[in-house]
Amino acid sequence: MRHTISVFVTNEFGVLSRISGLFSGRGFNIESLTVAETMDPEISRMTIITRGNDKILEQITKQLNKLISVIKVHDFTNEKHIERELAMIKVSHKTENRAEILSIVEIFRGRILDISPKSYTIEITGACEKIEAITEILRPFGIKEIARTGSLVIGRSPK
Amino acid sequence: MTKNKTMTGAEIFIQCLIAEEVKTIFGFPGGVLLPVYDVLYDGPIEHILVRHEQGAVHMADGYARVSGKPGVVLVTSGPGATNTVTGIATAYMDSIPMVVFTGQVPTALIGNDAFQEADIVGITRPCTKHNYLVKDIKDLTKIIKEAFYIATTGRPGPVLVDIPKDIFTGTTVFNYPDKVSIPSYQPTYKGHPGQVKKALDFILKSKRPVVYAGGGVLLSDASKELTKFSEKLGLPTTTTLMGLGGFPGTHPLHMGMLGMHGTYAANMAVTDTDCLIAIGSRFDDRVTGKIAEFAPYAGVVHIDIDPTSISKNVKVDIPIVGDVKKVLKEMITALPKAAELKKFRKGISEWSGEIQKWSTEHSLTYDRSGKGNIKPQYVIEKLYELTKGDAIITTEVGQNQMWAAQFYKFDKPRTFLTSGGLGTMGYGLPAAIGAQIAFPRKTVIDIAGDGSIQMNIQEIATAVQYRLPVIVAILNNMVLGMVRQWQELFYDKRYSHTCMSVAPDFVKLAESYGAAGFKVTEQEDVEKVIKSALKIKDRPIIIDFRVEPFEGVYPMVPAGQPINKMLLV
Ligand SMILES: Cc1ncc(C[n+]2csc(CCOP(=O)(O)OP(=O)(O)O)c2C)c(N)n1
Repeated sequence: MRHTISVFVTNEFGVLSRISGLFSGRGFNIESLTVAETMDPEISRMTIITRGNDKILEQITKQLNKLISVIKVHDFTNEKHIERELAMIKVSHKTENRAEILSIVEIFRGRILDISPKSYTIEITGACEKIEAITEILRPFGIKEIARTGSLVIGRSPK
Repeated sequence: MTKNKTMTGAEIFIQCLIAEEVKTIFGFPGGVLLPVYDVLYDGPIEHILVRHEQGAVHMADGYARVSGKPGVVLVTSGPGATNTVTGIATAYMDSIPMVVFTGQVPTALIGNDAFQEADIVGITRPCTKHNYLVKDIKDLTKIIKEAFYIATTGRPGPVLVDIPKDIFTGTTVFNYPDKVSIPSYQPTYKGHPGQVKKALDFILKSKRPVVYAGGGVLLSDASKELTKFSEKLGLPTTTTLMGLGGFPGTHPLHMGMLGMHGTYAANMAVTDTDCLIAIGSRFDDRVTGKIAEFAPYAGVVHIDIDPTSISKNVKVDIPIVGDVKKVLKEMITALPKAAELKKFRKGISEWSGEIQKWSTEHSLTYDRSGKGNIKPQYVIEKLYELTKGDAIITTEVGQNQMWAAQFYKFDKPRTFLTSGGLGTMGYGLPAAIGAQIAFPRKTVIDIAGDGSIQMNIQEIATAVQYRLPVIVAILNNMVLGMVRQWQELFYDKRYSHTCMSVAPDFVKLAESYGAAGFKVTEQEDVEKVIKSALKIKDRPIIIDFRVEPFEGVYPMVPAGQPINKMLLV
């Protein structure tokens, strides 16, 4: 099962390799990992997408917590949360399909960032599935390149 | 202590060790450490000059295991640092408190492939509890304070601190912090009262309970509490290799060690138990054998300070996270009245009887006829007898290690030192040296194999230099015995590269180092030579016991089999 975990770590030299080394050393998988400072510049927030059964997830959470540099681990999987990822997609265009591509971008609420005689660069934000969906739809036109940020996650505030 | 004084980093480093009450460090100098060694020259820290940095780490490890205090190592950058890796990994696997200081090239050169530069923080990240690179002299005292704190609290372990040369030569005002505050590191010591009660209720309802105790009992100094707990409830008790000495080896409730080379009784009991009480142990694969068939009828209670140990390999029904000693105390306090305990003990007497029967039917044994070559087990029984069970025993790895575990009876904690988790050949001699330095008057014996001893034999020179009467008892079978045994049993006796017919003359080798050397070829001489060795008090002793090369360690659970499927003698 897919899990989205936030890991709050002390913002120090080598901390990223402590986390990634833990995953590789113990054979846990990482689908994506993002990291940046929080409001407190001494603390960074990592968002990790991983897969595994309950037993593996229990180990991942405990092993992360055991690292001295880890302040807090939060698995969002079983609670309300918002997940977003940004992707930039470079897709080929020809005279006859330009309109079609532009309407797809609009449907997905994307933006055109750059236009060249042969390609559009599209910005798209959304949950992972949305990015995968537009990628599939654009694929027949000829995708030249994709850059994705990996997912970010934040909990929904109680209503 | 000197406070608010401006000092060099090297001076501050030594002041920090003094503040941590470090008496002895194990080290080896080098270019980037010159400023520190210059300060060391004036005392008061005792520095043991080793012959190889791996030796330094195992010595610190042995020192820590017997004394309970953190072992301290000081080595230079590059090769000095990389030579420590096996020792650090050994300590990490067995949760030994230790602080390793490595010199590093000057800050400005880091990352430039400078002479003797190695990214030791990167290299040791997965085998230390935590590690640091000191980037600013102002952080030096805080980092050292934290390093000792982390190494010795919670589940102990090695911490490495990498210090660039310019930090040692720089200056700042010295102030050692009184307190450590690491919000992200808060080990749990006290057991949850609800869980303690639940565990006790479950234990008291069981009919076939077993205690399975590990190294955590020793690390938490809980052997008194464990003994009391097992006695009050009359619980049959087994320990792991790391747990030996945590429960008296000659105690009537002790079933011996469990696992791959465990006793018949312990392995059968763990297989049939309905209530497995795991205390400071971690369900290592050498203990469990085939995991799906391990303790198949048992509800599992697990006491451990490390939450990651719980339900890692075996599903635990009642976990109690906490310090073993504290939790056992809580459990003892919560025990019911004497009458009820008596009733419980009576209720499990049939089970105890069954275990007793297993013990007598298949006790640890070997050919005691006295015919043929010296039996290695006989040597260990003699060592036990002649030291009255009061020696500190270290081992190398292989058959020597398993026979030592089986045939020496450890009644007291912190008297059996062995590389359990990593299985590091070459551990025993330096560990014995470390132990002897901690307890100069104790008899310390390394039970060795002829293969393993050659991995750190150079440390004999260290023992000679500091006049340490460590005894190295080599069970010399001229082969890599344990591997040979597997080849005999599972690889059609194809003895691929396990014969070590070329070896030094250990007596001459000992003498060339300035140690004493003996060679024993007849069983009847074993006792006499051990007695002579025990009289020597001013230098190390190597005894070359020429033992039966085809002797095997039994019982044995073949890898991947359930632990009740043992090959017996
Ligand atoms: C550093 C290291 N290398 C290899 C091994 C694998 N190994 C385990 S036991 C063993 C044989 C040890 O032979 P010896 O020291 O002569 O002891 P014996 O088994 O004969 O008592 C070997 C090679 C190991 N444990 N450690």
